[in-house]
Amino acid sequence: MTEIIRFIIGFLLIAGSFLTLVTAFGLIRLPDVYTRNHAASKSATLGVMCILLGTFLFFFLEEGHFNSRLILGIIFIFITAPVAGHLISRATYNSGVSLWEKSVRDDLKDKQKYEEKNM
Amino acid sequence: MRTNDVILQTVTTIVSFMIILFSVQLFFAGHYHPGGGFIGGLMTSGALVLLLLAFDIKTVSKILPVDYKLLIAIGLLLAVGTGAGALLFDVPFLTHAYNYFNLPLLGKTSLHTAVIFDTGVYLVVIGVTMTIIQTIGVSE
Repeated sequence: MTEIIRFIIGFLLIAGSFLTLVTAFGLIRLPDVYTRNHAASKSATLGVMCILLGTFLFFFLEEGHFNSRLILGIIFIFITAPVAGHLISRATYNSGVSLWEKSVRDDLKDKQKYEEKNM
Repeated sequence: MRTNDVILQTVTTIVSFMIILFSVQLFFAGHYHPGGGFIGGLMTSGALVLLLLAFDIKTVSKILPVDYKLLIAIGLLLAVGTGAGALLFDVPFLTHAYNYFNLPLLGKTSLHTAVIFDTGVYLVVIGVTMTIIQTIGVSE
């Protein structure tokens, strides 16, 4: 167990907690649902993945225990968290939550009219 | 507005396999590690509920033509049968036995009759959860 591996583990844990903190700040500071959802689904995913990777490396290299559940957890979070963000954001748009007033363009706005015209 | 659930359905087909594999692992790990029949059954029914969320009830019952009420009965029968099987060997009810066997592929494995009891718990938990959810889901 060399010091450099301990440094990498510590860096991963601190980076993961920092990214989770960034998520919390984003949830407080950002103006509307969509930007908040952007902050929550992106940086929280990477933060949790960093922490899980650090935990895995700690138990693998320090204790000699290969925990495959952590690898599975990393893959699972990586697959599902963006999909959850996508579904939440689509559900809010379809239930008519308006965008931030300084938003420039909304390409989905005329979708219903376009479909009625072309169907 | 037309909607399509292609992202949800594609991810569900991949993820439900992962959840079911993890639940089977939890079920078999129950003797030596955290896990067991209850949490394994709950997680399997969680995977089935995810399928129900992404597709509709008709599609899921076509993929898995299982009568969940029958599953409860089979699970209870397994649990009672393990207990009653002990009576045949002139020991008290629910006495369990185990031994080490040399299986062809797996090598030395300890087989325990508590696994059969746990299978009963697993099936009952899946049956009860899915019966509750499907009954609530169908009624308008």
